[in-house]
Amino acid sequence: MKYIKFFLVGILFGIVMSKAEIISWYRIYEMFKFQSFHMYGIIGSAVFLGMISMFLFKKKMVKTFEGNEIHIAPKKKGLYRNLLGGILFGLGWALAGACPGPMFVLIGKGVVSILVVIFGATLGAFLYGLFKDKIPH
Amino acid sequence: MEFITQPWAWYIAGPIISVVMFLLFYFGERFGVSSNLETLCSIGGAGKFVDYFKIDWKQNTWNLVFVAGAITGGFVAAYWLSPSDVVALNPQTVQDLADIGIMNAGATYLPDEIFSVDTMLSFKGFFILLIAGIMVGFGARWAGGCTSGHAIVGLSNLEIPSLISVIGFFIGGLVMTWLILPLIF
Repeated sequence: MKYIKFFLVGILFGIVMSKAEIISWYRIYEMFKFQSFHMYGIIGSAVFLGMISMFLFKKKMVKTFEGNEIHIAPKKKGLYRNLLGGILFGLGWALAGACPGPMFVLIGKGVVSILVVIFGATLGAFLYGLFKDKIPH
Repeated sequence: MEFITQPWAWYIAGPIISVVMFLLFYFGERFGVSSNLETLCSIGGAGKFVDYFKIDWKQNTWNLVFVAGAITGGFVAAYWLSPSDVVALNPQTVQDLADIGIMNAGATYLPDEIFSVDTMLSFKGFFILLIAGIMVGFGARWAGGCTSGHAIVGLSNLEIPSLISVIGFFIGGLVMTWLILPLIF
């Protein structure tokens, strides 16, 4: 039962990804061509409001539903990891026209071929685990 | 209902995504989709080959449930909330895509030249889908996050690693869009 809330938030996420056309390959292409404000407006407004959320968490004005303080685990540091990993991710994002969230939402839309992309992404995560000690971080 | 069934503007979508992030924190978790890819590897038995995947994946069950919800949401939106599949693109985008061999841009959400079943079943088409996925999966785990974890949560939290990663996302995306895509189709 404790997982139902995550399922419901996931449904909200899936609907907004689809209804705002974030799962459209074309919207990603258009973004990287700087031909529309749409995606920048979405990410920009989400981050702006996100900053306010973070402020509320850090000032302890909002706690979890169980009353615990909200601790935000920091991301791992490392110039090579973030920059090179980011570039590789960006190449894939612009080719697939989908980052991991939208990939799963596209299953719900009935796009069979996205399963190949998701298989590739899972394989990519596996290959990272396999080679991670041999690449710079 | 028209408010719901027409495409949602950025100033509706951005705040809702922020609410998604807020709710996950409120429920004690950090928004981030790409870590599910590692969880899938662990469930699939990758821990037998690589120690990195020897984790207690059950602690990530919430995130898999979130993904199941996202798939469901995609279904709900596609079948009940979207009478039209047309994406109102910038006419210049449509022209640019026609110039590189992708026709009827915006008639549906996805180009047939990449996502149709016929394309998927061709050698080149399958390879493009697979390699795109591998780059996303490898890159996201190398960088330690994807658009949700880095661009939304990380930037909101003013984290330098996320800023560097997002700059990387854009370098890669621009190279693919401007230099590589014109050569593929």
